[in-house]
Amino acid sequence: MSPTITTSSEANGNVSSATARAAASAAANAEEAGPQPVTMAKALNTAMADAMHADDSVLVFGEDVGMLGGVFRITDGLMKTFGEQRCFDTPLAESGIVGMAVGMAINGMRPVIEMQFDAFAYPAFEQIVSHVAKMHNRTKGRVKLPMVIRVPYAGGIGGVEHHCDSSESYYAHTAGLKVYTPATVADAYRMLREAIDSDDPVMFMEPKKLYWSKDLVDLDALRAEYGRQADGREATEGRAAVARSGTDATLIAYGPSVPTALAAAAAAAEEGRSLEVIDIRTIVPFDDATVAASVRKTGRAVVIAEAHGFASVSSEIVARIQERCFHYLAAPIRRVTGFDVPYPAPKLEHHYLPGVDRILDAVDDLQWED
Amino acid sequence: MTISADRSARGEMSGDQPAPEQAEATYLSGAAVDAVRKFGITAEDYMLPARHQIQMVDQEGNLKHHSEQGAEPGHEYPLPGDEELLAAYEQLVVGRRVNDQNSALVRQGRMAVYPSSHGQEACQIAAALCLAEGDWMFPTYRDAVAVMARGVDPIEAMTIFRGDWHGGYDPLKHKVGIQCTPLTTQLLHAVGVAHAAKLRGEDTVVLAMCGDGATSEGDFHEALNFAAVFHLPVIFFVQNNQYAISVPLAHQSVAPSLAHKAVGYGMAGERVDGNDVVALLAVLDRAVKLAREGSGPLLVEAHTYRMQAHTNADDATRYRQDTEVAQWVARDPLTRMKKYLTDKGVLDDGGDARIAEKAEAVATQLRTGLGEDVRVDPQDLFKHVFATPTPQLAQQSALLADELARDAAGAISEEETDK
Repeated sequence: MSPTITTSSEANGNVSSATARAAASAAANAEEAGPQPVTMAKALNTAMADAMHADDSVLVFGEDVGMLGGVFRITDGLMKTFGEQRCFDTPLAESGIVGMAVGMAINGMRPVIEMQFDAFAYPAFEQIVSHVAKMHNRTKGRVKLPMVIRVPYAGGIGGVEHHCDSSESYYAHTAGLKVYTPATVADAYRMLREAIDSDDPVMFMEPKKLYWSKDLVDLDALRAEYGRQADGREATEGRAAVARSGTDATLIAYGPSVPTALAAAAAAAEEGRSLEVIDIRTIVPFDDATVAASVRKTGRAVVIAEAHGFASVSSEIVARIQERCFHYLAAPIRRVTGFDVPYPAPKLEHHYLPGVDRILDAVDDLQWED
Repeated sequence: MTISADRSARGEMSGDQPAPEQAEATYLSGAAVDAVRKFGITAEDYMLPARHQIQMVDQEGNLKHHSEQGAEPGHEYPLPGDEELLAAYEQLVVGRRVNDQNSALVRQGRMAVYPSSHGQEACQIAAALCLAEGDWMFPTYRDAVAVMARGVDPIEAMTIFRGDWHGGYDPLKHKVGIQCTPLTTQLLHAVGVAHAAKLRGEDTVVLAMCGDGATSEGDFHEALNFAAVFHLPVIFFVQNNQYAISVPLAHQSVAPSLAHKAVGYGMAGERVDGNDVVALLAVLDRAVKLAREGSGPLLVEAHTYRMQAHTNADDATRYRQDTEVAQWVARDPLTRMKKYLTDKGVLDDGGDARIAEKAEAVATQLRTGLGEDVRVDPQDLFKHVFATPTPQLAQQSALLADELARDAAGAISEEETDK
């Protein structure tokens, strides 16, 4: 039998100083190389590797995540580096993957599991809704489930049916789940580290069309910063980011829609209109304060999301703004979302996805004449 | 064809087909290899259940001759010791009293609901007694007696049915999963607990419980397959009580038996008389021993009967005949055990009275504990949703606190008006 591993999770009673050690080592390794072009895929991969170095109880498993490194290569090299006991392929069964992860989390591990595509996660829905979301509450906090369910989600890649769903609303609607969705390379690293360190279960929604997008990022500095500030670090959980400052109207977006919103704001600037862009970052918990402060300042808001608009995260955001900013609004809040149709075939998806023009049309509609 | 539970050997399958003997040596491990070597039986004969269910004490309470117990080479079960059997009998009597007391409390409106295991107590007790202290159990909603037999306080075990919270005991402290309502989902949690223990090099065995209806669920398949592929020490214990609420077994499965499903996963299966606590202990004790020694998972199907309705909300007369129920009354697990132990001189009137007294004490504890009006704290609604709470729940908590404060103030001012 291969060598055994030790557990150092603090969640269900085990204690470790591994995190502190790894933080110190990451800090020592940080070079002054400065910002480089880094993909979101690389940032996510690095986050998992760093978390696995920091804590032996972090395990990565799912379909094709081992030898292949995942169909998107996000787990590339983890099996080689950490061995088949800590990064491994499972039988092809999503409920099995999530259910087994629940048991592992009960017994001291921190599983980070991959649902290969958004729509492939649906067989696991019962485990997620009935157990992942409820175990902590049901046991009055005695059993914590520190697990991360990574979901490559949303469209824009010309994918076939069942590969492009925006499934975040199902999870956001479920009490007991935290729902993160990064939109930048730096956030992808920070937020995945935070999700793995969280004692709450996190649905980690990865905008798959952004996997290969690059930002200029000093990854080593980011790693060192995460390690240094392990205690008392300003968490991204529950903190939206002001992705672009502006004064005339607020665009609110998350995950795959953030770059689109930023492009729309850049285009609007050429026309002399100053748009602020808010990146929600964590749908649950939601940062009401940052969103409300921006809308109170600008008086106008457009909410942008790829998902169908009906009964969705975007409808929730509109409702929350209305409750908090009614007297500050100069115009009704607009939404630019996917149509209420099944995700379209590749040749039609550009009609479905919120684009710059549709966003600017909505901005134009915000009763500027008054 | 050889059935493999060991993925590491898969690569060798793609090349030249090895000779059958080589294939068995390559693909099988643990108990199957031992059985092949020791008993000269095939791996399939080891994995398939014995031709007949294992029964050691018949329904009249007489020990059956060894040749009639259902044992076969590779399926040998030694008779458990008297001390273990007397302890099991005591638990059986307590379990029956717990079932009947709880049903009475439901009728009196003291509990919301109680899915009774009346008639299945032998399965309940054997499931608890076969495990060592560090082992885990994952029960269903009908397994309260097994949960109590593992040492969980009866009142804490009944909290789930009393209506003040969805779970009453600490699963980590007792190594007993919360009684699971969504069918079969707990089997995967059992697999995960076993997997984590194995990765840490611990020798924990996990017993995962479900019923006959649950074997139709997808998670049953996924759990058995995962446990087999990862070669985990999990015992899948199916209480086949013949009905999934109203639907009889014949509508769930046309497999030769539920235990036969084991061979499809490359694990060993066995059938046992679920109302014979002697046979149950013999089969489960051996399964635990094999699992701990590295056999990988096992599947045990116990034939038993749900003597009462699914719950108090169910009407069993709509789907089964009294004559069928009467047949099972004759197979009651308590009466045959009492006769067997009395005949053997292990149990006498004094012992019987002592056990009855103990059962009555537990019943009194249930009546008292569940009779109390439990004060529920409305703020508990928000306290445990997350380990790190959200601002939204803090706001909702404040809203409820304000409502309650105004209600309380209103009640006081009404009192003053009345004066």
